Amino acid sequence: MAVCIAVIAKENYPLYIRSIPTENELKFHYTVHTSLDVVDEKISAMGKALVDQRELYLGLLYPTEDYKVYGYVTNSKVKFVMVVDSSNTALRDNEIRSMFRKLHNSYTDVMCNPFYNPGDCIHSRAFDNMVTSMMMQVC
Amino acid sequence: MEGLTLSEAEQRYYCDLFSYCDTESTKKVAPNGRVLELFRAAQLPSEVVLQIMELCGATRLGYFGRSQFYIALKLVAVAQSGLPLRVESLNTVKDLPLPRFVGPKNEQELRHTALYSSDADNSTPYSGVIPPPPGRVQVKKGSVSHDAVQQRTSTDQQESTSPVVSPQQSPPTSPHTWRKHNRHPSGGNNERPLAGPGPFWAPFSEAQPGSSTTGDSIWSGHSPPPHQENWVSFADTPPTSTLLAMHPASVQDQTTVRTVASATTANEIRRQSSSYDDPWKITDEQRQYYVNQFKTIQPDLNGFIPGSAAKEFFTKSKLPILELSHIWELSDFDKDGALTLDEFCAAFHLVVARKNGYDLPEKLPESLMPKLIDLEDTTVVPVISEVGDQSGEVGYSSSPAEAPPSKSPSMPSLNQTWPELNQSSEQWETFSERSSSSQTLTQFDSNIAPADPDTAIVHPVPIRMTPSKIHMQEMELKRTGSDLANPTSPLLVKPPDLSEENNMSSSKFVAGNTVADGYSSSDSYTSDPEQIGSTVTRQRSHSGTSPENTAPPPPPPRPHPSHSRSSSLDMNRSFTVTPGQQQAGVVAYPPAVPPRPPPSQGAGPHVHRSVDAESLITHTSTSPQQIPEQPNFADFSQFEAFAASGVNEEEEDEIETHSEVLQVEKPSDSAGSLRVAKTDGRVEDKAAASVPVNAGKGTTPLAPPPKPIRRRLKSEDELRPEVEEHTQKTGVIAAVLASQPSIPRSVGKDKKAIQASIRRNKETNTVLARLNSELQQQLKQHQP
Repeated sequence: MAVCIAVIAKENYPLYIRSIPTENELKFHYTVHTSLDVVDEKISAMGKALVDQRELYLGLLYPTEDYKVYGYVTNSKVKFVMVVDSSNTALRDNEIRSMFRKLHNSYTDVMCNPFYNPGDCIHSRAFDNMVTSMMMQVC
Repeated sequence: MEGLTLSEAEQRYYCDLFSYCDTESTKKVAPNGRVLELFRAAQLPSEVVLQIMELCGATRLGYFGRSQFYIALKLVAVAQSGLPLRVESLNTVKDLPLPRFVGPKNEQELRHTALYSSDADNSTPYSGVIPPPPGRVQVKKGSVSHDAVQQRTSTDQQESTSPVVSPQQSPPTSPHTWRKHNRHPSGGNNERPLAGPGPFWAPFSEAQPGSSTTGDSIWSGHSPPPHQENWVSFADTPPTSTLLAMHPASVQDQTTVRTVASATTANEIRRQSSSYDDPWKITDEQRQYYVNQFKTIQPDLNGFIPGSAAKEFFTKSKLPILELSHIWELSDFDKDGALTLDEFCAAFHLVVARKNGYDLPEKLPESLMPKLIDLEDTTVVPVISEVGDQSGEVGYSSSPAEAPPSKSPSMPSLNQTWPELNQSSEQWETFSERSSSSQTLTQFDSNIAPADPDTAIVHPVPIRMTPSKIHMQEMELKRTGSDLANPTSPLLVKPPDLSEENNMSSSKFVAGNTVADGYSSSDSYTSDPEQIGSTVTRQRSHSGTSPENTAPPPPPPRPHPSHSRSSSLDMNRSFTVTPGQQQAGVVAYPPAVPPRPPPSQGAGPHVHRSVDAESLITHTSTSPQQIPEQPNFADFSQFEAFAASGVNEEEEDEIETHSEVLQVEKPSDSAGSLRVAKTDGRVEDKAAASVPVNAGKGTTPLAPPPKPIRRRLKSEDELRPEVEEHTQKTGVIAAVLASQPSIPRSVGKDKKAIQASIRRNKETNTVLARLNSELQQQLKQHQP
């Protein structure tokens, strides 16, 4: 379903980014990068509200004619950005949420690995597999 | 064929060999097949072999009978010992060593002679493997671990043969052979668990040289313990060169020898291994070693190794972090960041494998999966981490509910029971998986979806209340509860309110919280404080007051002539108005509907009462002119009208006065019920004065009364939306009640005033009630 999935660290550098149509990767990278602004805006909009009350799922960040970008932020300010193809009309919000939840779980598993230093790129094969499963559903 | 005398050992050995060669169990072996292999393995020149065969008579017979076979074997021994092949030598040569056969059989560990038969039995499935002579070659049987102990005793005898033996035991160069080694049930090296892995583990421990030399010494001293060889072989055989650095040089020497010799055996070994075991199985001594290592980090076998400690430990293996990370991913089955004993063993095993050059699997092999036979665990198949784990250390299991049956003492039985165990455990496991899944649970745990407080179900907030308030809240709750089920509940609630004099709140609330929104009451409860003043949202404001813990519900506003449509404004202003204010002070009345002329007019002014600052001032004025100003007092007017009509028709002055009184009474009644403040005295006076007046008016307005009422109702409706609803649903009384509550709502301020007014109203009520009864009597008397 997703054409591009990215995990961005707190300092806004990518920990993991992967897209399906490999020829357009640069475009997706750019999209993800620009969506970070929107993410930051949404986070700051919560503003005074405590982090606890802030919902992790940010929802649709912005749509373009080709695809939509969804965002999700964890409590440690690690952001997940997902780009989905707009032609996928059947994709409901719930599904996006569940995909983010799976991402979050896998990310947590990666974190639990003592050999993973937070801030490193994610090389976990399990994580890769999970992302692939989410992305391959499209094709 | 001469008689052949064989020693006991020879007898046994030959018997085994014969059984081995006798694949068809026909008691005679053909020269082809295994016999030839065997003879070839004897490493004798082919002419010698031919000669032997001739001598034993096989060539004559065309096959090897048992005796021929035995003779042949003996001749092989003779030949190998360097003696000339003579038939005579069969019996003459004493102390002939058993014939040595190099080759496939060499993989097998040395067996105690007593175990020879079993070895032979086990070896039959082996392809190309010949049970070595006892004490000669270490026979490694994958399955029988108990042999190991006994084998050890015989290993000591093999010193002389060790150089020869070692090639036989050479670790396989291929992964398969490695696996086979793995499979070996410890080959009797339980006694030296540490020594075995010692050399391999050199990088892991600081005492590397010592351990390696120890291993070497042991190795040279005894027939190399199979597991040691295995271990060393792990180190030796990997194609990668990285491991070479780890090995002590001595080991490497032997490695070369072994590797050369083992090349031939690779195929057989491969066959053997694949026919048996999962390449990832952990052998006994391996497991023992792992457990010991575990203990060094975490003495409690049922405890966990935290991630950091495990990280340090495995970093010593000098594997790249990426691979260690992957190993961790595979082995940390429950993803808790810590390793149980099983997980640790799996991780260790994977490290060992990786060290030996085997690629890490993508998924954890079954044999390495931790045994999680536990209702709490999600897993899967309980794994027999090793075949024939006879140590019976149930403590190995990570979960308390470990199923010991998975560890069966012997391979054959294990193989048999495994499927059943598997099935049952799987069934059980799947059940538990369905019932509860820790993994799912962990996922849930990490699934932090904070409950949105906004979506929380709003429920009434408990508040301390005055009695009236309590009642009010009860009514409120009743209404909210019943509202859902019964939209008419407010109606039901209202009538009782009428009767209740002191519950201004109830009436008010009944009116206010109507219908439309059963939840509004609950909302109002929670959102109260804000809404007290807001009369716009009547419903909320109605309920809003209830949660005011401090203020008792203000008396329901007496229908105030000055009140007209925008009652909210009126109320606000009226609330701000001091209690002493009269009607004039009350609020700007919206243009009131011209009241129906009057019977009630006379009574109107009388009834007029200044509403409290908060509440509507209910005018019980008997003056008709004031009636229009008292839209809220439609009830009063109504009562007045009734009283007037009822009385006036009949009576003269008395009646009028009565009616006036009545009118006064009624409004005052209603006012009282509406919880209007004050005006008690006035009412009484007026009542007294107006009774006769009203009496006269009583009859006439009989017909009209409904109209003014309606009009007033309408005006009230305009004033208050809730009132509208009420009026729609109920009669006048309802309207009256409705009108009242709106006033006290905004109160909160003049609690005491309200309470005082309540008292006064009560008094007035009693007075008026008396008057009413009197007038009624008079009416009856006068009526035809």
